[in-house]
Amino acid sequence: MISVESLSAGPLFGLPLPEMWFGLIFTLLATFLFLDGFDFGAGAIYGLLNTDREHEAVLAAVGPFWDGNEVWLVVFGGTLFAAFPAAYANLFSRHYLLMFGILGALILRGLAPEMYEQRHDERWQRAWSVAFVAGSVLAPFLLGVFAGNWLVGNEGSVSLIGVVVGFTLTLLTVVSGAAFLRLKAPLVLPERVSTYGQFAVVGYLVAVVGTLAILAVRLPGGLLTLLHPTIVVLVVISIGLTAGYIVAMRRGESLLALGAAAVLTYGLITVVGIIMYPAIDPATGATISETIVSTLPLNLMSIAAALLLPLVASYFVVLYSAFSGPISPEEAY
Amino acid sequence: MVDPLIASRLQFALTTTVHIIFPVMSMGLAPFLIYFTWKDIRTGEPVYEQLRRFWTKIFAISFVVGTVTGIVLEFEFGTNFAAFSIAAGELFGGPLAVEGMMAFMLEATFLGIFVFGRERVGDTLYFISSVAVGLGTWLSAVWILIANSWMQTPRGYELVTEGGQTVVKLVDPLAAYFNPRFGYMFVHMQNAAVESVALFMAGIAAYYVFKHHVREVDVDNVNFWETTLKIALVALLITAPFQVYQGDMYARSVAETQPQKFAAMEAVWETDSYVPEYLIAVPTNLDSITDPRAKELFGIGIPGGASWLASGGDPTAEIRGLNTFESQAPPVAIVFWAFRAMVGMGFWFILLSFWGGYRWYKGQLLNDGLLHKALMGSSLLGILAVELGWIVTEVGRQPWVIQDVMKTSEAVSPGLTGTEATISLVGFAVVYLALLGLYTYVITRVIRNGPPGREQLRERPDRTPMSDTSAAGGADDD
Repeated sequence: MISVESLSAGPLFGLPLPEMWFGLIFTLLATFLFLDGFDFGAGAIYGLLNTDREHEAVLAAVGPFWDGNEVWLVVFGGTLFAAFPAAYANLFSRHYLLMFGILGALILRGLAPEMYEQRHDERWQRAWSVAFVAGSVLAPFLLGVFAGNWLVGNEGSVSLIGVVVGFTLTLLTVVSGAAFLRLKAPLVLPERVSTYGQFAVVGYLVAVVGTLAILAVRLPGGLLTLLHPTIVVLVVISIGLTAGYIVAMRRGESLLALGAAAVLTYGLITVVGIIMYPAIDPATGATISETIVSTLPLNLMSIAAALLLPLVASYFVVLYSAFSGPISPEEAY
Repeated sequence: MVDPLIASRLQFALTTTVHIIFPVMSMGLAPFLIYFTWKDIRTGEPVYEQLRRFWTKIFAISFVVGTVTGIVLEFEFGTNFAAFSIAAGELFGGPLAVEGMMAFMLEATFLGIFVFGRERVGDTLYFISSVAVGLGTWLSAVWILIANSWMQTPRGYELVTEGGQTVVKLVDPLAAYFNPRFGYMFVHMQNAAVESVALFMAGIAAYYVFKHHVREVDVDNVNFWETTLKIALVALLITAPFQVYQGDMYARSVAETQPQKFAAMEAVWETDSYVPEYLIAVPTNLDSITDPRAKELFGIGIPGGASWLASGGDPTAEIRGLNTFESQAPPVAIVFWAFRAMVGMGFWFILLSFWGGYRWYKGQLLNDGLLHKALMGSSLLGILAVELGWIVTEVGRQPWVIQDVMKTSEAVSPGLTGTEATISLVGFAVVYLALLGLYTYVITRVIRNGPPGREQLRERPDRTPMSDTSAAGGADDD
């Protein structure tokens, strides 16, 4: 049995736990942005589709998944709170109205499909369709604004970098969403969904370049920060993946395209993490080592995460295997 | 503009008051759904598939609304109570993070299978999904109540000043997490959730049973409603007496560990022994009628009742008065009345369960119109009692956010402006009340539409027309 004394004495196995938690938190954020990202993207594409059957196909495709996907945001928030309480508190209270904008968008997006199913009259369904699209587009956009502000340490809610990162993230969700929808409803949804994805991925690349240009001006380290070898490699990989995504979508290899979108998402968040390190809240200059919780709770949290996250991963394997292959619009409850 | 502290407190009160309804529904429905799923798979009787599908629909809607209203709460600690989050993050953040990983994930992933996957997975995985969802809802409560109970009876910590800020350091995790309040709170809350759902089910079922058997208006699937009523009544017979029995122990724990709250529950200002349990009390001075902290009360009470409650049977026991505490008293009238209304309802639910049980025993459950009306009128009272219980718990802890450690007034985010706080307060008031309205509307529609008819049920090899009529005995109802 491990004693409280030994758990308070030093980091578990002498591991660099603060850095690992920094990495974990960004991994959780990226997981959320990829998984719920394809739900958001599907919601944006929903707005570009016309028939009821197409709309229902989109709702059926995201139905079993979105709730589980969204929980990654809860886990991201919870772990940030648990590992870096001061960063959690300062960051969210500083971007007060923005946070509530994000939460409002998530409420709309989550509620809309549930409400849409309840009544079969046209006005009701049209209203909830609008809510679904608005929530699905606004959530990643505002999250991007938040991430942009966080990264450069902006005090206010609206900023150029925020808006550009917002567009970047929204386009990225459409990239994932198009691949996801081609995978889950290949027969119902029209070919042009694939075209939306291809446009979005090109737009994404342009937006990333724009983001990097602004960062080169805004960051204290300037261009030099961005010439970090890993960042350069990730940018090159992203360009390659963009091309790969387009080819995969044209050939109807939706799963490969979705994989490319996943790597793009994790790559983007890795770049964000590298730029920010070792700070966790650039606005106050607070670093990882200044804001990390004390050794005992950190060790306990590390044990909990090491035991629970593999379990969580297994739940997702079960869920996605149960719903592997296309999901027909008739599969509502 | 509203003061940021007041606005933040109002906003948190509003968002939690609305949010708690949905976890009560999902946690309370969980054991019923596991039972219905089990019976559906094992017996193949149509009524169990109807029960499973109908109540799963209500569960799913409650869960979605619970998710969207609940995510807000997790971020509100950071947005509105940043000072609290920094000071207590070490003890408070951990349980929230573990709740997400251990409970919410389990719930949300298996819910996808449970709601949408009946045709895609086998019986075993489907049953496992129902258990996983149910277990997830209850594990959520474990971690959330660990966090909350620690704020009531903080243990296992030490106060350290770091850079001019006093923060809480975790020193003994077991003492902190299994603090004196946690066990009482968890049992009380979970039993309350099942009891509330039992009352909700019984109330709705009573309406249709009344319509069919008393009013003699033909109701579709009346067998479904009769079974619902009986199952709900069984659950009520178990949970209602237990809630009051356990609540008595809970109150004693409050008297021991949060004497200020207990004194507010009983409106005891001066330390006294042989304190009566007032059933009703009114301020003797008309000016103080709107004062939540009114002191001069005229009441009718049971002699020694409060002392008896505080000590576990000694009517002469001493109760420490509110005047002896250094901090200002909580809003006494609110705590006093919320406590009385909750306890009063608790006894009413026992009476209701015995009444229903007796009529059932006599074979008159389906024909007692007065009982049906009483059940209908009580269908939402369980949820109301839960709300009142939380008011006692949270208002009664004031002025402390962490009992005797941190005041609520020190917890608010330092940089928050009145304008921001007012905008979000108004926004949330609109959104949450709209959500509550929408939820009520949708649930009402689901109930009106009733369970899926026989013709919509799944095809299964063991369900022949013969067993269809013999098993449920109500095939000719619709």
